[in-house]
Amino acid sequence: MVEVADLESQQVYKMETLTKTPIAFKSSEEPRYKLIAENIVATYNGIEAVKNVSMKFREKAVTALIGPSGCGKTTLLRCLNRMHELSKGAKVVGRVLLDGQDLYSNREDAIIHRRKIGMVFQKPNPFPTMSIYDNVAAGLKLNGVRDKHIIEQIVQGCLEMVYLWDEVKHDLKKPGMSLSGGQQQRLCIARALAIQPEVLLMDEPASALDPIATQKIEEMINELKKEYTIIIVTHNMQQAVRVSDYTGFMYLGDLVEFGETKQIFENPRNEITAKYVQGQFG
Amino acid sequence: METVKLKGGSPLFDKIFKIAAAVAATYILAIIALIVFQLVSGSYQIWAQEGISFLTGSDWNAVEGSESYGAAPYIAGTFVTAGLAMLIGVPISIGIAMFLAELAPKFLRSILSFIIELLAAVPSVIYGLWGMFVFRDYLRDWIEVPLNNALGNNVFLFSGTPFGLDIFTASVVLAIMVIPTIASISREIMIAVPNSQREAAYMLGATKWEVFKMAVIPYSKSGLIGASILGLGRAVGETMAVTMLIGNATGPQAFPTSLFGPSQTMSSIIANEFPEASQGSLHMAALIGVGLILFAVAICINMVAQLLVSRVLKTHQGAVLA
Amino acid sequence: MITIEQRAEFRKHFRNNIASRMITDKVIKGIVFGCVILAIIPLGSILLEVVRNGAPVLSAGFLTQPPGAVGSDQPGGIGPAIQGTLMLIGMSSLIGVPIGVLGGIFLSEYGNNRFGNTIRFFNDVLAEFPTIVIGLFSFAVIVLTLGYFSILAGTFALSIIMLPIITRTTEESLKLVPVTIREAGYALGIKRWTVIFRILLSSAKSGLITGIMLSIARIGGETAPLIFTILGSSDFFTGFDQPMDALPLRIWRLSLLPYDTATAQGWGAALVLILIVLTLNIGVRYLFLRKRGGGSRFRITAGV
Repeated sequence: MVEVADLESQQVYKMETLTKTPIAFKSSEEPRYKLIAENIVATYNGIEAVKNVSMKFREKAVTALIGPSGCGKTTLLRCLNRMHELSKGAKVVGRVLLDGQDLYSNREDAIIHRRKIGMVFQKPNPFPTMSIYDNVAAGLKLNGVRDKHIIEQIVQGCLEMVYLWDEVKHDLKKPGMSLSGGQQQRLCIARALAIQPEVLLMDEPASALDPIATQKIEEMINELKKEYTIIIVTHNMQQAVRVSDYTGFMYLGDLVEFGETKQIFENPRNEITAKYVQGQFG
Repeated sequence: METVKLKGGSPLFDKIFKIAAAVAATYILAIIALIVFQLVSGSYQIWAQEGISFLTGSDWNAVEGSESYGAAPYIAGTFVTAGLAMLIGVPISIGIAMFLAELAPKFLRSILSFIIELLAAVPSVIYGLWGMFVFRDYLRDWIEVPLNNALGNNVFLFSGTPFGLDIFTASVVLAIMVIPTIASISREIMIAVPNSQREAAYMLGATKWEVFKMAVIPYSKSGLIGASILGLGRAVGETMAVTMLIGNATGPQAFPTSLFGPSQTMSSIIANEFPEASQGSLHMAALIGVGLILFAVAICINMVAQLLVSRVLKTHQGAVLA
Repeated sequence: MITIEQRAEFRKHFRNNIASRMITDKVIKGIVFGCVILAIIPLGSILLEVVRNGAPVLSAGFLTQPPGAVGSDQPGGIGPAIQGTLMLIGMSSLIGVPIGVLGGIFLSEYGNNRFGNTIRFFNDVLAEFPTIVIGLFSFAVIVLTLGYFSILAGTFALSIIMLPIITRTTEESLKLVPVTIREAGYALGIKRWTVIFRILLSSAKSGLITGIMLSIARIGGETAPLIFTILGSSDFFTGFDQPMDALPLRIWRLSLLPYDTATAQGWGAALVLILIVLTLNIGVRYLFLRKRGGGSRFRITAGV
């Protein structure tokens, strides 16, 4: 309530040039924030893709980032687990706090933090030379899990969580690439879940999939949010409505409006947000 | 005006042009076919005389009356030097490629790629000259003699009298010569690995090396093998530097037994003895026969390499277009 | 499904191995950087030695005079070798460039089929061929037929060596010409060969010149195929039926002579050769490759 209003007030100054709509926000309970992004500025070869965005993500909730393509939503997502800085010519300034700890405090920490913040990419990217089983177990071996029994348990558990276990339990030795696109994407989610992250970042996870596979992924997100903090980038507004509790609308690198999904879509406070959710541009 | 002029070509001309282009392209196939024909017919005499023992024998006697030719030592010498060059060159090349593709900052990358290409531009004969008058002394004094003193009596590999003109020197220089080839192709193959693969590994909390091991190597394995085989093809066919450095033994002495002993490769025996062989002699047929074996080996190696490399780079190009 | 308790249990199995993994990472990075240094040292050493040993011999006489008698006080120069190399480059280009460019046009414009793929494949194979075998071939076809060693046989061998490089770079640079330019030409009703010559080749000019210059740099350093074709000589060009000298061949012969003056001359000739080859290479790079962003597998490569 207060915090969200604070957060919004940071935007007010800038937004007032775009709109005269007053910004206020209401909520009833004391929220818990898992991940806090503060004053994130992300550049690509000197061009600002994200312009000083601050956001707080609630624990065990789904936050959707929406906006027209090129608005910086994917870049912002990639800043949250320090993936953006891996691209050539990319730089990030600002802080990202995971349970109060700054991810950007030193270089080495990126590797530890990435393990706590899993990520699912736009296109399924299983390791093509590895079997289904090895794909899921890949991160475990990296992090020193040696107990075969435990690995088996985790692999099965994670494949169950993405509703893939029943489909592949007899084919665990088959290459990950032998699966269909939707199955591959769920395999990638299982791979991300296997390292027991606390936050799950999803970059348009269903954009390359057919409607049935998309539906499965969405059901799964609804299930996963009971335990995980999920942040999902999507260009599909219906999807944002279906899966998310909170929605942030980004435009030209700015966070224009951030609030409960219902409010954003039914009663947007900002003119541009309203236009976007009504489908007047995109 | 210009348009009118451009239009003025008859369909016949179009056809003629197409045929001319096709003929030019076919020229390459014709040359390869002719090479095979010439090598076979030029060496026919030696196969008729020696039969299979030309491949297995080790005598090499050009004195008229007691002529006898066996190419086994040179075949062995070729594979030993080229193999050794691979052993030294491939890991270094992959390391260079990894540095250029994954680690180097932008400004360093272009400078280093340029330097590696310059290394490829140095003519073989200059490598030979440098090996003969400069590098050989360093190798002999710093590596060969100490190894020979320490292990020469026990390990046959290091036995003999280190002189600097031997299998070891030839192989090291060969390695230096194939590194640019292998490194630059490997680099391209690594760059062709989609970033999504690297990101998947990073996401799991991998270090740069682990990303390389987990995402880059498995994805590019066949291409890297192809690049290495291409390097092997170069090493097998390389002539001048080897001829100048390998010590040029003939007959049974040319069999590679010690790293520090002289030997001979297929290409070096041709380069060394061809000027002495009289036209139409059995000696010349034997040398052309060695050329035929070299041809067969090289074409096999190159075909495998081209298949492996072009497949990888082709799918990459397709991916870029898509 | 994984319960929360299970997850806590699983997390216990994760080892805090990050420190050791970072050390491994650093060690590997160090090794990899070492590989780069290891490859640069020979290049540095070669350039240094060639300049150090070669520069003192350089003089107008060295560049223009024929070699003196072996072991005499009058070492002479490498004039015939320079002349031979220049003539070989020029004559080989006369054969290799037109055929190579035409072949490249065929592959790019008409070669999108099985026949084209076959030629492309063998073209790549030929590019990596042991050049000594090509020398043997030229000996058998030209020297044995004509009955004498000559610059013609050397020209034939070197033209075969430069051919695949030119074919490939021509094809690559033609393919870089946007389809729209081609279509615009055809839409105007211009004949195909006119489109190719007037429009495509001029658009792809820089790539074409790159390929030609790279192939020249490559054959300029070739030695092995010259041994049985031009044979070597101490005289300037006297006729197309006479043996001829060339720089790389001269370097080899000089290196085998047991006289210090000969060795010094060898270094001098090496300096001249390396200047020619590297100038072509750096020139090409500076002029054209920058634009293309690299990526061609057909870069300059050493002679065998």
